Amino acid sequence: MKTYKSINLWVRFFKIVLPFVLIIGLDSCKLNHLRDLEPSGPVTRSIDDLFWLTIALMSIILIPVFSMTAGFIWKYRASNSKASHVPDWNSPIWLEWLVWLFPALIVLILTIMTWIYTHRLDPYKPQEANTPPLVIQVIALDWKWLFIYPEQNIAVVNELTLPVNRPIAFQITSNTVMNSFFIPRLGGQIYAMAGMETQLHVIADKPGRYFGENIQYSGQGFPYQNFETSVTTPQDFDAWVKKAGQSAQILDLSAFIELSKPSVSHPVVYYAFVSPDLFNHVINQYIGGQKSLATVHVTHDNPVVTPNVR
Amino acid sequence: MFGKLTLQAISYDNLIVMGGIGLMLVAALTLLGLITYFHKWIYLWNEWLTSLDHKKIGIMYIILALVMLLRGFADAVMMRTQQALAVDTNQGFLTPHHYDQIFSAHGTIMIIFMAMPFLTGLINIVVPLQLGKRDVAFPFMNALSLWLTVAGALLVMVSLAIGEFSTAGWSGYPPYSEIEYSPGVGVDYWIWALMLSGAASTMTGINFLVTILLDRAPGMTLMLMPLFSWTALCTSILMTMAFPALTVVTALLGLDRYLGMHFFSNGNGGNLMNYVNLFWIWGHPEVYILILPAFGIFSEVISTFSGKRLFGYKSLVYATIVIALLSFTVWLHHFFTMGASANVNAAFGIATMVIAVPTGVKIFDWLLTMYRGRIRFTVPMLWALAFLPTFAIGGATGMLLAVPPVDFMVHNSEFLVAHFHNMLIPGAMFGFLSGYTFWFPKAFGFRLDENWGKLAFWNWLVGFYLAFIPLYYLGLMGMPRRMQHYGNPEWQPFLIVAALGAFLIFIGINCLIIQLVVSIWKRHENRDAIGDPWDGRSLEWATSSPPPAYNFAVIPEVRCIDAFMDMKEKGVAYVRPTSYQAIYLPRNTGLGVIFGGSAFVFGFAMIWHIWWLAMAAGLAMLAAIIVHSFDDDNENCMSAAEIKLIEDSRFRVLSEAKQTQKNGTHLSINPLVYQE
Amino acid sequence: MMTDSSTLFPGLAQPSQTESSPPAMIFGFWIYLMSDAVIFALLFATYASMSRNYAGGPTGKEFFDLSTVFYETLALLLSTLTCGFAMLSSSKNRKTWVLSWLAVTFLLGLTFILMEHNEFHSLISQGMGPDRSGFLSAFFTLVGTHGLHVCIGLIWVLVMIAQIMSKGLTQPVCSRLIRFSLFWHFLDLVWVGIFSMVYLIGAL
Repeated sequence: MKTYKSINLWVRFFKIVLPFVLIIGLDSCKLNHLRDLEPSGPVTRSIDDLFWLTIALMSIILIPVFSMTAGFIWKYRASNSKASHVPDWNSPIWLEWLVWLFPALIVLILTIMTWIYTHRLDPYKPQEANTPPLVIQVIALDWKWLFIYPEQNIAVVNELTLPVNRPIAFQITSNTVMNSFFIPRLGGQIYAMAGMETQLHVIADKPGRYFGENIQYSGQGFPYQNFETSVTTPQDFDAWVKKAGQSAQILDLSAFIELSKPSVSHPVVYYAFVSPDLFNHVINQYIGGQKSLATVHVTHDNPVVTPNVR
Repeated sequence: MFGKLTLQAISYDNLIVMGGIGLMLVAALTLLGLITYFHKWIYLWNEWLTSLDHKKIGIMYIILALVMLLRGFADAVMMRTQQALAVDTNQGFLTPHHYDQIFSAHGTIMIIFMAMPFLTGLINIVVPLQLGKRDVAFPFMNALSLWLTVAGALLVMVSLAIGEFSTAGWSGYPPYSEIEYSPGVGVDYWIWALMLSGAASTMTGINFLVTILLDRAPGMTLMLMPLFSWTALCTSILMTMAFPALTVVTALLGLDRYLGMHFFSNGNGGNLMNYVNLFWIWGHPEVYILILPAFGIFSEVISTFSGKRLFGYKSLVYATIVIALLSFTVWLHHFFTMGASANVNAAFGIATMVIAVPTGVKIFDWLLTMYRGRIRFTVPMLWALAFLPTFAIGGATGMLLAVPPVDFMVHNSEFLVAHFHNMLIPGAMFGFLSGYTFWFPKAFGFRLDENWGKLAFWNWLVGFYLAFIPLYYLGLMGMPRRMQHYGNPEWQPFLIVAALGAFLIFIGINCLIIQLVVSIWKRHENRDAIGDPWDGRSLEWATSSPPPAYNFAVIPEVRCIDAFMDMKEKGVAYVRPTSYQAIYLPRNTGLGVIFGGSAFVFGFAMIWHIWWLAMAAGLAMLAAIIVHSFDDDNENCMSAAEIKLIEDSRFRVLSEAKQTQKNGTHLSINPLVYQE
Repeated sequence: MMTDSSTLFPGLAQPSQTESSPPAMIFGFWIYLMSDAVIFALLFATYASMSRNYAGGPTGKEFFDLSTVFYETLALLLSTLTCGFAMLSSSKNRKTWVLSWLAVTFLLGLTFILMEHNEFHSLISQGMGPDRSGFLSAFFTLVGTHGLHVCIGLIWVLVMIAQIMSKGLTQPVCSRLIRFSLFWHFLDLVWVGIFSMVYLIGAL
């Protein structure tokens, strides 16, 4: 799964040095898959730019470091008796200042950039668009993701469908340990924590099927805790909502408690109806007195056996 | 009677674990057998285990570090192999539960029980010598620190055989590490190992803070101290101020687990964010605790092997101080993704970037130290030279992570793993190996074999790049860290390359072992008769190798930064004093070992809820301290005559060595020393 | 080359550096206190951040009994005073006085600990133990850590009394006595913090 478009350059570089890869017996064709992976929303596109801009600025420092290391090692090697040797070289004071000022200048530029971009790309800041945002409530469970569409009154496990070009407002919490909600091609990650709500605003401007995952280690089923994200046209989205609405299952409290039991590679399930305010209920149970919805974690004595076959 | 401990705690069915235990047992039994066969028990007890000599304590610290390096690296190899295999339908050879223990143990061991003892050992051996002192300020406390660290390390080792280790990662984030989600003893092992070694590190910090600040050789003002001592000072300050945070956070997690409190639990008023904050208030300074001493080593090594005084000594000192101070102001960059406001994130991101300034200054100062020098490519210098560009790359990726929006994309991914290994392997490990090779002759009186050292170096260096550069790509491809298995076949080629890199490092570690064996074998060829094998610059080279128990018969006077170089140039380096005075040295005591042993039993009993045993061990620890406090007559006197005898033989060796040098047979003189 | 070694090696005239000279001991102890102060600072911060996490359990207002706390404070402050008297007597080398002031210090400290024990005991028996809520966890831990320090101090006093009786007011014993008094004053200072930050503010 690719996060940055520009990394594709590196993939080509990798194909040039493929003899090496071939030696270790790899199928080079597999690398082709990478090409159609690139930032698919304004957020990741800006981050991509920021990423390369930072690297460009850092190379202003890296290039002198590399060349000085190589140059000095070559020139002042002990066997080179022609080079001057001044053991008590009195360093000129301007050079000592330069050594401080040069990195300081680069860092100054970087800090200004950081300040601006951190505010511009604040995940809590709603995306600007003409259409009102689609609210999706995300609940991290062991080891699956539950997505509630309150407006549409549907819910789905381990599958996310988003309409293209419409801002998405994720409200995120956890009914278990800390998770991190992440769709690399659409936006940054944000933690999902029990008893708390975090937010993430993204917008997808290219239809397609993207990879979503939990990127914070959360126990034995963690490697399998990912989901597919489909970005579709508004028509397809409506059709999808309709399909989900026809599901025979509903998500009431007892269904939720059943669902929160630890499981690995949970199949995609649609719920036609969601118990009102379930999301806040999940959060509030951790704030007040006793927990009602949390369930027992899988432990060593009760290990997970189902391996994932994708 | 035995709390939670039953025979089921040993996982007989796991072949890998049983193999590991078997290997450990065989090694331990062989060692014990050899000691018994050669009748070395009394020697070991009298000369080493009970010793309060800072040099011997330092050596024991480094032995611990090297042993733990093997264990931590075995974990690394298993992880790399697992990840190279476990794609799609292939589950690899490790179950999730086993794999999760391995990555938790790897991080804990490498940071707490490999890097920390390594740097503490080097500081112990070198700093008193560099400052012209006879011992550290508190020799007994020094022994307590050592044996507490050993006790902690032993707990981690025992967890392999009895019970399990934590699966919560080296950072042990709750609520996962709470009793509700991790009911086994694994997290308890982790907590007690960290508690014991954390207390030890705090004591080490206090000890060296006083050692360095209180008195030094006459004339040695703070701004004339060698740079390694400066970095040791700053590291000690960080240890005393940051380690309490680790003690607090592990204690609170322990209270949650043992007494059902609600500091970090889900619900009942607990808040995991407090843990994350407290942990990184320790965790970030800890990074600099590891790296600063290595910076000191690089300063000494680069200056020595460039045959030139350090460029910008004052800049380097101020940069060290600035880094130490700033390290307390950046902890939030470990969790930008926790939903803090943009202002907070940006502020901590900027604070993080500011640290890059003094670090950059250091890099340029080292580079300019080589300018117009005469660079000798000895093994310590090779490590330092490889460090410069490699560490710069790590710094650049650190800058990427310091930009919060970029961090949102690569946090928790393999990119992060690549980044911190890219800081800690060149920044700490290369430094420690450089210092190990550099000061080995000082500690033992003979140099390490150059050829095997070079082989080890090249394997490490190439292995490092192969193992970690692919991880940067994987991170950008969205691969999370800590994956026992993954479904994306595109990741596998990179992971295979990384596994190859780990294999090269494995060869490098084997080279280090062979180097040690070969060097001991050929110790007469590589003998350092003079005590100055590298044409050194600071005071540790002014005494013999290995130094006598009292370090310096007469404390030398210091007039400039490169004190010993100055003495050599003025021709007063090997002048014989006219008379000697009696010297008092701390007397050996077995209480340190008893204290450490009791601490181990205490930790073990607490982990398994064997309360009576914990009580007994706790009382034993208390008793050891009280008994020690009653002992006011804890010094041995070495008379002037004894000292004269030792010094006479030293000057005899010295004049012989000089004689052979004059005759042109450079037998006992290091051929690597540049002769102008 | 023969040179006068006393000019070449002024270090020769230096007193030999021996183990743990008294100034080093006291300087080191100050550093330890700083390090311990960090522990308390972090516990205070934890308490502050959790002081509203009642989780449906009692608030501080409901169970803080200022009059008990007042007597606790009085006992501890008085014990600091008597500890100071012990120090004064030691500087005048009056062994009996030192011993009796230390004994009074011990008794006052013991009073404090017993009162704290009673407070904790009654809270736990009423179901307001540290496992009830985040707030109570933080309260018990902060106050309890201070109490644990006082307990260590009490053992220390006993050891000091034993040492003075067996060894007399020798120089190492006096150095230990100075460090004990530093420790005891430090605990007093921490208690003032707990008293005002936990009890006073909590009872308001």
